[in-house]
Amino acid sequence: MTPNRGIDADFLDLPRHELADAALAAATAAGASHADLRIHRLSAETIQLRDGELETAVVSREVGLAVRVIVDGTWGFASHAELAPAVAAETARRAVDVATTLAMLNNERVELAPEPVYADAIWVSSYRVDPFDVPAAEKIAVLEDYSGRLLASTDAGVGIDHVSAALHAVKEQTFYADTFGSSITQQRVRVLPSLEAVTVDAAAGSFDSMRTLAPPMGRGWEVLAGDEVWNWSEELARLPALLAEKAKAPSVVAGTKDLVIDPTNLWLTIHESIGHATEYDRAIGYEAAYAGTSFATPDKLGTMRYGSPVMNVTADRTAEFGLASIGYDDEGVAAQCWDLVRDGIFVGYQLDRVFALRLGQLRSNGCSYADSPHHMPIQRMANVSLQPAPDEISTADLIGRVEDGIYVVGDKSWSIDMQRYNFQFTGQRFFRIRAGRLDGQLRDVAYQATTTDFWNSMEAVGGPSTYRLGGAFNCGKAQPGQVAAVSHGCPSALFRRVNVLNTRTEGGR
Amino acid sequence: MITAQHVVDLVLDEAAKLGGADETMVLVTDTVETTLRWAGNSMTTNGASVRRSITVISIARQPDSAHIGTVVSAEVDPRVIPSLVAASQDAARSAPEAGDAAPLLGGTGAPADWDAPVPGTGPLVFTDVADSLSRGFRGADRLYGFAHHSVSTTFLASSTGLRRRYTQPSGGVEINAKRGDASAWAGVGTADFVDVSTDSLLEQLSTRLGWAQRRVELPAGRYETVMPPSTVADMMIYLGWSMAGRAAQEGRSAFSAPGGGTRVGERLTDLPLTLFSDPMAPGLACMPFVAVSSSSETVSVFDNGMEIGQVEWIREGVINALAYPRASAAKFGAEVAVAADNMVMTGGSATQAEMIASTERGLLLTTLWYIRVVDPTTLLLTGLTRDGVYLIEDGEVTASANNFRFNESPLDLLRRTSEAGISEKTLPREWGDWATRAAMPSLRIPDFHMSSVSQAQ
Repeated sequence: MTPNRGIDADFLDLPRHELADAALAAATAAGASHADLRIHRLSAETIQLRDGELETAVVSREVGLAVRVIVDGTWGFASHAELAPAVAAETARRAVDVATTLAMLNNERVELAPEPVYADAIWVSSYRVDPFDVPAAEKIAVLEDYSGRLLASTDAGVGIDHVSAALHAVKEQTFYADTFGSSITQQRVRVLPSLEAVTVDAAAGSFDSMRTLAPPMGRGWEVLAGDEVWNWSEELARLPALLAEKAKAPSVVAGTKDLVIDPTNLWLTIHESIGHATEYDRAIGYEAAYAGTSFATPDKLGTMRYGSPVMNVTADRTAEFGLASIGYDDEGVAAQCWDLVRDGIFVGYQLDRVFALRLGQLRSNGCSYADSPHHMPIQRMANVSLQPAPDEISTADLIGRVEDGIYVVGDKSWSIDMQRYNFQFTGQRFFRIRAGRLDGQLRDVAYQATTTDFWNSMEAVGGPSTYRLGGAFNCGKAQPGQVAAVSHGCPSALFRRVNVLNTRTEGGR
Repeated sequence: MITAQHVVDLVLDEAAKLGGADETMVLVTDTVETTLRWAGNSMTTNGASVRRSITVISIARQPDSAHIGTVVSAEVDPRVIPSLVAASQDAARSAPEAGDAAPLLGGTGAPADWDAPVPGTGPLVFTDVADSLSRGFRGADRLYGFAHHSVSTTFLASSTGLRRRYTQPSGGVEINAKRGDASAWAGVGTADFVDVSTDSLLEQLSTRLGWAQRRVELPAGRYETVMPPSTVADMMIYLGWSMAGRAAQEGRSAFSAPGGGTRVGERLTDLPLTLFSDPMAPGLACMPFVAVSSSSETVSVFDNGMEIGQVEWIREGVINALAYPRASAAKFGAEVAVAADNMVMTGGSATQAEMIASTERGLLLTTLWYIRVVDPTTLLLTGLTRDGVYLIEDGEVTASANNFRFNESPLDLLRRTSEAGISEKTLPREWGDWATRAAMPSLRIPDFHMSSVSQAQ
């Protein structure tokens, strides 16, 4: 465990309770049966280098207050950038106006599932070094160093011609208060480091690239500063040779193949085909016009075979270093951990307080989140993770079971249909497996499947030592569009007879 | 909340007082937005927001280099301005050399409307939409969708005397209608909702749902396909995003030519198709000058305030231009070219109805979804058809068909297209969050590659 830090003093110094009192009183006086106020501050830093030279370094801060009300069973939402009690009250009245103006369109009465009251609660994520305490020059210098290591390499006669390096860091602080009496202050930090090397064959007019495997994490600057959290020295030293091998690798022969998928790739498949598919708002059509719906409809809950019996998937908002981990969600519901798929059977959804009641549950499992003070909270994804086998099964053990197949490492391209059936993924590295051993890389590989076919083809999962957290900063959903950061843990896993494409052939070449 | 113009003055005054930078730029954008969303014939979420973004860019000049520090804040309390300016100047002094350095543009004088109040919007803009929806909600079809309207006013100023202002209205309505297992989509982009007829959208949807009374299951394969404007927009927008000149020059782009250099000059099609961006495009007007907070391969903060003109990226079927900010253009000996926030393709003359009528057997798509790059060397994209694939037989739409996953490159689509329709305003489905201003033709592709069947409906 990393010891928790405190919440920044300048956030605690904001007139949180005065704003809450003003907003909640104004909303109630204007006719709201429920109101909540969220003060939301997001600090973000983006640093990008191209070939070791600074391309951009920007520090940004968004802050504002949001008021959500229920008036006669209808939502109303309004927000404002100014943190003043009079503005909070006016914003609350505007939220009531919005609800009243648009009430003619509401045909489903809004009700909230009960939740204990948490007064003066505080939660801070686990991180050691606040990235916003580190001078930009120091962060740029590390990225320059890492870029330089790659650019200096001439492994196997294939040079690194270009390197892109980037760091995205976010600190998110919220204060939430509602008319039930909860008041919650939280702070969390996340970082996303990335380096990508490119080798160019100018004569042929072709190029190839490979990205580092370091995932985004709910941690601080310690992720990049040295090798303790992520072994940058080893990865940067190995990457040029891997890219050189990939550039010269044979093109894959398309067909049905066994795959051993590394956690660095499988997390994204979990995200798209399980994480989104088990969102209740999607399952009942709330995203039908945009992000899409789900094949995992409520009538299948508890009965549908999602995958093979070795498939156990949890949703968890409490995992240390998880990007979706939090103390309380944006409706004041305490973070929880629960099952989505147990022994291959679909058993759970991700919910907020409204959807919990609609599903007949007594309590929300705490998945409400808004990415900005100017956006209304919606149901967002917990850290959805595939559980490892209880026994120690290594990745090499899984590879050893394959006669002719591919070991897939690192994520790259992803796409899935709007009901979460048909997906297609590529990766960073594809190693051919022959007679249970790795036998060089392949290129131009994509795998394509239907969700339940794919998860039912999962013959085995690795043990605890193969389990890793992957994740993304940019999960998109809703209109107006919102992004959310989320982690997915998983072990290596073995899948039988998956459809593998050759991307050159797919492109007609 | 003090006015945006006042913020500009405070920032520049503070920068001069602190004296920690040689030049300063400030961007202030005030945005008012209202939204309405519905699902299953009932409103789900809504909102009205007021927000501000302040960007302070400090530049420290050395004899042979420039160093830049950028801080962006949504804080509206004027007491934070000194710390924003100080942070920006501190960042500039400690930053390594900026690779895209160029002289700042000089003074233009304040435009006539500089001091005018910032316009806004509110939920009343949806009055007609709500009336139509309310009637639609009482019908047999299930309706889902989103309406939004925002008005953003940007003020750009610099210590070199630059003063520019622009107000950008953006909006749109999109509706997904379901009848049984059939699903259809229609959407429009708009600046002010005056030109939006929600009733007309609902009629279009009803027609398309009627086409789905007969359903056929089709296998994966290559099909003659009529791509309507929304689908062409989604593919061409990605093409436009991929036209960075530097990447092409360095050999790491689909626009890199074998043997070095770029593909500028390469003919893609004999059809007279021209793809361009133009801030003055009728009905698609957008910011006519550069106003960015960060640099990339295609834009530079040093170019802030520079006029954005019409750029023909593809002219009469030939790749004609790639994107270069000033510094990059100078480095590679290319013309400066910056994309406006819209995209137009012209060059066809047929109506979509005529294209359907002249199709013996083929597919008519509605929208594309979840488009991602698979192979950047060829710009191969994957994605899915969504909310309406229709079978055309003997010149008429005769049935709806299942959805497909496709693997196609927009470059290859242009190379293979056999007919283009008239250009019309359209709302891209996939990229509509970022790109609501587009006008595209329908395209006929003789052999569109449907890689596999999607069960999604």
